[in-house]
Amino acid sequence: MTQAEAKNVNVWYDSFQALKDISMTFEPNTVTALIGPSGCGKSTFLRLFNRMNDLIPLFRVEGLVTVNGQNVYSKDIRLDEMRKKVGMVFQKPNPFPKSIFENVAYGLRVNGISNRKEIEETVERSLKQAALWDEVKDSLKKSAMELSGGQQQRLCIARALAVQPKLILMDEPASALDPISTNRIEELIFELKKDYTIIIVTHNLQQAGRISDATAFFYLGELVEFNLTKKIFLNPDNERTQNYITGRFG
Amino acid sequence: MNTKQLKQRIAFSIFGTMSFIVVAILVIILGFIVIRGMSAISWEFLTEMPKDGMTKGGIFPAIVGTGCLVLGSMVFAFPIGVLSGIYINEYLTESWLKKFLRMMTNNLAGVPSIVFGLFGMALFVNYLSFGDSIIAGSMTLGLLALPVVIRLTEEALKTVDDNLRLGSYALGATKIQTIQKVVIPIAFPNIMTGLILSIGRVSGETAPILFTVAAYFLPRLPHSLSDQVMALPYHLYVLATSGTNMEESRPMAYGTALVLVSIVLIINVSASLLRRRIQKKVKMN
Repeated sequence: MTQAEAKNVNVWYDSFQALKDISMTFEPNTVTALIGPSGCGKSTFLRLFNRMNDLIPLFRVEGLVTVNGQNVYSKDIRLDEMRKKVGMVFQKPNPFPKSIFENVAYGLRVNGISNRKEIEETVERSLKQAALWDEVKDSLKKSAMELSGGQQQRLCIARALAVQPKLILMDEPASALDPISTNRIEELIFELKKDYTIIIVTHNLQQAGRISDATAFFYLGELVEFNLTKKIFLNPDNERTQNYITGRFG
Repeated sequence: MNTKQLKQRIAFSIFGTMSFIVVAILVIILGFIVIRGMSAISWEFLTEMPKDGMTKGGIFPAIVGTGCLVLGSMVFAFPIGVLSGIYINEYLTESWLKKFLRMMTNNLAGVPSIVFGLFGMALFVNYLSFGDSIIAGSMTLGLLALPVVIRLTEEALKTVDDNLRLGSYALGATKIQTIQKVVIPIAFPNIMTGLILSIGRVSGETAPILFTVAAYFLPRLPHSLSDQVMALPYHLYVLATSGTNMEESRPMAYGTALVLVSIVLIINVSASLLRRRIQKKVKMN
């Protein structure tokens, strides 16, 4: 079954059309990279899947966006329920100024889980999945603000995993990190693929090449080309893709 | 030294001098009041009723009165101010309504305090028949404090990084959960500071209490919210301009001024201490 899908999606900010007739499907347990120059609409597209764009004034969408077969823009959907099923990792690590433990437990608490044992188990499992457990297991009560940038980003990933989403959206998750931390995040994404479906926006083409199964190239609000990553990087069909990949523009 | 460096030096020394002048003014005012008022301060002055046409005795009822009014005004202004600050900053998007509310709040802050006094008299004292009372005076002072509380709450909320709100929504939190569990805890130290600073502001106001609560001479403590009270700023005004024996009550006036200024200073200092403490605690949790 398809994990997520966009069908003939158009997006406007007021009169500016940010996305033009985009159709894409995302298969389970794959990593899809969205690439393209700044302002091409890839972040806007990513944020359709958990309706983060709703908060932007004058945002308007047409077409169908589904996650797990459910129309996320349907009128009778509960926004908080829907967002729980879609994890998101932001460009800049944004842990809450709470303890490491409370950061991971937050998503559980706001979704009504109060059983202490269940919370503790989930926190541990999530931190292990995010490859952070060994570094923080003795200091769970410490403030998340005391972690390094790379650790904070892995904490944010753990936080997202704790509510057991199926789909994880990542908006340039490593662009604010040093090369070593970036490497760890990339390894982590590769691991997470076993259990999750990941859509990642990245400006780093090597990164897209290393971690993704499929790649989509966006340009001026259009989906220029969407194919297996190998195909996109070695033998793209479209000349604009070729030019972007080889660094001739963008 | 070349001319560029010279110009820079001159510019900075002018800026520096100006800021020292500001400090000097404060020091002079405080020094003046301390020197003139110190002789009046005694245990008796702080704890007894005024006597002999307010030339002897103490200012205890005025201290208690100001305490009641500050407390009363905050009970009134805190909830209304903080909640509307949250509404304006968290719930409203950039729209005409938000601009309108902001503009009105700013205008409310610009209304001269004597006008608040007159309005308080018309509404609370006469129309609602509270009479000259603590409740009428507190509400009038509360109105005066409202725009300050709203503004400072808004400013405090604005300092909270939007990415934290988004992070919370992305985990399935509702708006009210996000405000409760993420936004308010982070903004809390700054909101508290704003509240305490507005207390400082309110405790020194004379005009709003003039027609609504303040008693010229009332050497007893209030029994209920519908009692009149003496208050420090008004007492100071009385002692300085319309006492029965101006010459003899002069030191009492400076003593009252010293007490009033000390209270405001103590409030302001404790505001910043409190903020630092809470900030540390918030970081820990």
